[in-house]
Formats: sequence, C-alpha cells, structure tokens
Amino acid sequence: MIEIQNLSKSFGDLLVWENVSFRIENNETVAIIGKSGCGKSVLIKHINALLYPDSGKVLIDGSDIHALDYVEQRKKRQLFGVLFQGSALFDSINTFENVAFPLRYFTKQSEEEIRENVMQSLRYVNLEESASKQTSELSGGMRKRVGLARAIVLQPKYIMYDEPTSGLDPQTAEEINELINQMADALDITSIVVTHDMHSVLKVADKVAFLDRQTLSWFGSVDDMKHSDHKELLDFVTASEYQIKG
Amino acid sequence: MHSLNELGKYSSLLYQALRSSTEFSTYRKNLFQELVKVGYDSVPIIVLTGVFTGSVMTLQSAYQLQSAFIPLSTIGAIVSESILIELAAVISSLVLAGKVGARVATELGTMRVSEQIDALESMGFNSVSFLVVPRVLAGILMFPVLYIVASIFGIGGGIAAGFFSGTVPPADFLQGARMYFYPWNVVFGFVKMFVFGFIITSVSCYKGYYAKGGAEGVGKSTTDATVLSCIFVLLADFILAALLL
Ligand SMILES: Nc1ncnc2c1ncn2[C@@H]1O[C@H](COP(=O)(O)OP(=O)(O)OP(=O)(O)O)[C@@H](O)[C@H]1O
Ligand SMILES: [Mg+2]
Repeated sequence: MIEIQNLSKSFGDLLVWENVSFRIENNETVAIIGKSGCGKSVLIKHINALLYPDSGKVLIDGSDIHALDYVEQRKKRQLFGVLFQGSALFDSINTFENVAFPLRYFTKQSEEEIRENVMQSLRYVNLEESASKQTSELSGGMRKRVGLARAIVLQPKYIMYDEPTSGLDPQTAEEINELINQMADALDITSIVVTHDMHSVLKVADKVAFLDRQTLSWFGSVDDMKHSDHKELLDFVTASEYQIKG
Repeated sequence: MHSLNELGKYSSLLYQALRSSTEFSTYRKNLFQELVKVGYDSVPIIVLTGVFTGSVMTLQSAYQLQSAFIPLSTIGAIVSESILIELAAVISSLVLAGKVGARVATELGTMRVSEQIDALESMGFNSVSFLVVPRVLAGILMFPVLYIVASIFGIGGGIAAGFFSGTVPPADFLQGARMYFYPWNVVFGFVKMFVFGFIITSVSCYKGYYAKGGAEGVGKSTTDATVLSCIFVLLADFILAALLL
C-alpha cells in the first residue's frame, strides 16, 4: 500500500503542488491525470524517492521512504518497476541487454536463467524477435514496450507508468492499455498510471487522482468521476472526449 | 553566490563518489571499459600532439639559438626538459579536456536528460558509483600513462626534427637531454597528470551528471565541461608549479 500524506514540492520559486494526500491500495490501478506541466512526473518521482518533498511523507507499506537509510531505501525502490516517459532505455546496449540489465546486477541467476527470464518478459510485450536489435533501431512504441519488459523483469510489486500511451497510434496505445491490465491481473501488480489520455484512464484505472491548480483537486473512483460535478475535472474529461469523438 | 552553490554541488558529488566507493567492486566492468576509452583510445591524439610539440620546439629553439657560442646539445636539453616538466602534461591535458572531457560530459548529460540516470536509480543502482567513480578513476590512472607516451613521442619528435632539418644531430640532442635529465621532473609531470586527470574527469562528470533541458542542455554542459576543465588545468598547473618547484 502506498500512502501519500500532505506532500508539497517546489523548485526554487516554482510551486509544483502542495498538500497532496491520497492512498493506493494493493492490486489497485490509480491513474494520475492533469494538464501538461502540472507535476505528474514529479509526483511519481517522489513515490520511489528520486525526488525529495519540501514537506509531507510517502509511506510504502507503512515506512516513510524518504526517511529510510540508503540501503533500506534502495530495497524499497526495487519493489517498483518504472516505465519512464521517454522509455529511458540504455542506448549503449541492445534490447536483450536492456531487459537483462537489472537481472545481471541484482540477482545471482545463471546465464541460462537470465536468457529465459528476459525472453519471457519480451514475449509478454510481443518483442521476442527484436531481442538482438540496438535500441536506436526501435520505434517509439517498441521502445515503450521494451521499457515495460525491463520494468517487469524483476517481478515488481508496484509499477509506475509515465504516459505509457502518449505519442503512439491508437492501435498500439490500445495494446499498451491491454498490457497494463494484463500485468495488473496476471501478476498481481499495483499500478500507477500517469496520463492525460482519458480513454486510457477509462480502460485501465480503478481510481483517479486529478492534479490541478497546484494541488490534488479531486480523488475518487472512475465511476464517481463519471458522475462528478467538479467543474475543472469535467472540463478536463470533456476536452478529451471531444478528442476521442473527433 | 552562484559559483559557491556549484562548488557545493560538485563537492557533494565527489563526497558521494568517495562514500560509495565500497560498492564499486560491483561495477568493475565499467572501470575496465573506461580505462580503454580514456587511455587506449587517446593514444593516437597524444602521439600526434607529442610529436608536433617536440618537433616545433626543436625547430624554434634551433632558430632562436643560432649562434656559434651555444653548443647544439643545449637545444636537446631545453626541448626535453620543457617537454618533461610542462608540455607533455599541459598540452596533452588541454587536448584531453576536449577529447575525454567532452565525451564524458555528453555521455552523462544524455543519460540525465533521457532519464537513464533516473532509471538506474529507480532500479536500485547507485548511479554515482556506477557512472562517476569508474570515469574519475580511469582519469587518475590513465593520465600519467599518457604522460609517458606524450614525453617519449615529444622527445622523439624533437630528435627527428633536429635530424631531418639538419640543425641538431641526434647525438648532440641526446647528450643535452641526458645532461639535464632530473628524475624529479618526471615525478613532477606524474603528479601534474594525476591532478589534471582528476580535474578533467570529475568536472566533466559533474557537468554531465547535472545537465538539464534536453539536447541543448547537453550541449551547454559539454561546452562548460571543456572550458572549465581547461581553466582549472591551467590554474592547477600554476599552483603546482608554485608549490613544488
Ligand atoms: N528537476 C526539475 N527542476 C526544476 N523544475 C522542474 C524539475 N522537474 C520538473 N520541473 C518543473 O515542474 C513542473 C512539473 O513538471 P512535470 O514533469 O511533473 O510535469 P508533467 O505533469 O509530468 O507534464 P507532462 O504531462 O508534460 O509530462 C514543470 O513546470 C517543470 O518545469
Ligand atoms: Mg510528465
């Protein structure tokens, strides 16, 4: 379980958000939505302590991740798989090695076991044939899927997706949405999906956290969101519906 | 104020590198790769710089000292001593600030802005000991080796230039070089290169590690890295000369 309590963050004079509190239960999928630049990526970087808040806490299974000592903090970090906004693949090594990377350093698996696990992850995202490709030869959608394979290879308890569908064609986006659901169901993963794609929210999320005006403006279930009369949230949702319906 | 802030961040990066050096054994493979990139890959450019520095110095000294009263061996002495004390270290380092420094800053800067460093951290790596430690160690270890290469080819270039231009016969050159050879000069050269290797790699790691703002930001941090490396190398050269000579 992840609890975010009264979190505030600014960069110098720029207040990103303040007093953000919500809770993510196990096996739940929470979507974090909001306009570009509202601090969605900054928020998830607080959850695994890549960034430190000005005030407030993030509790991971009850322990304050920002207060842990270095070794403990890293153990907590390894509970998370992260798909970064730009995939963040290592460009000096090929696709297979990207997925194998965490296994090589953090497990004592033999070369055979590594191969098996990597190929299994790649099969999950339908990229077995691309294992030997250099990452620079991959398309944007393929890069996301490799990023996904790398994020799940250590079988994380939590997984955070930063805009998994942005910049993809509708069909590939749909495939990614299905993958997210698959991970959540088959692997019992708790998911946090950052997105501004409402279609994706409706498809994958149980709950929604809406960041607006430098704070958490609304939090609740997807059903409640559909019937909410929160003005900014409605504006945000309808703006996307126009996009979907054209 | 701004530069104080930078100095603080730079020292804290070095402190983290030092503190995490125990974990470093996990990342041995990285050190080996860096030794090759910093050392072996720089040999051609260092040979080239060495040969030209030595030969130009010989030709110029021969021209300036054209006189019946000065023995030709003096030219060998001047050239080889200047190379060992100053030129093999400083000119090589200025060239390496461009070659090694720019590469390191670009590599780390690209990794920063494309979130690869965040990815490392989120997997549980210590990105400082993974990226910074091997690069700085490679600088400290390989720069002195490159100094030897630069010195040999510098003096060799001097001898060759003297011979082919007909100004200084090799025997005279070598006689002068031997007469004024002080092992201390070589020690001094080593100390310098050790320091310069540290400066160039650590400054470039720092600039790359904290790069921000996309491709433009990486470009800026690379430029900053080479310019700052050059300035600090020259400053350190002055300070070391004042302290040790
Ligand atoms: N390391 C940083 N230093 C300074 N400012 C930052 C930093 N990271 C983010 N910001 C600022 O914080 C704000 C929120 O950024 P963030 O990347 O979280 O937005 P986002 O909601 O993810 O947007 P998008 O949907 O475009 O990805 C932005 O104004 C950004 O400029
Ligand atoms: Mg973002």
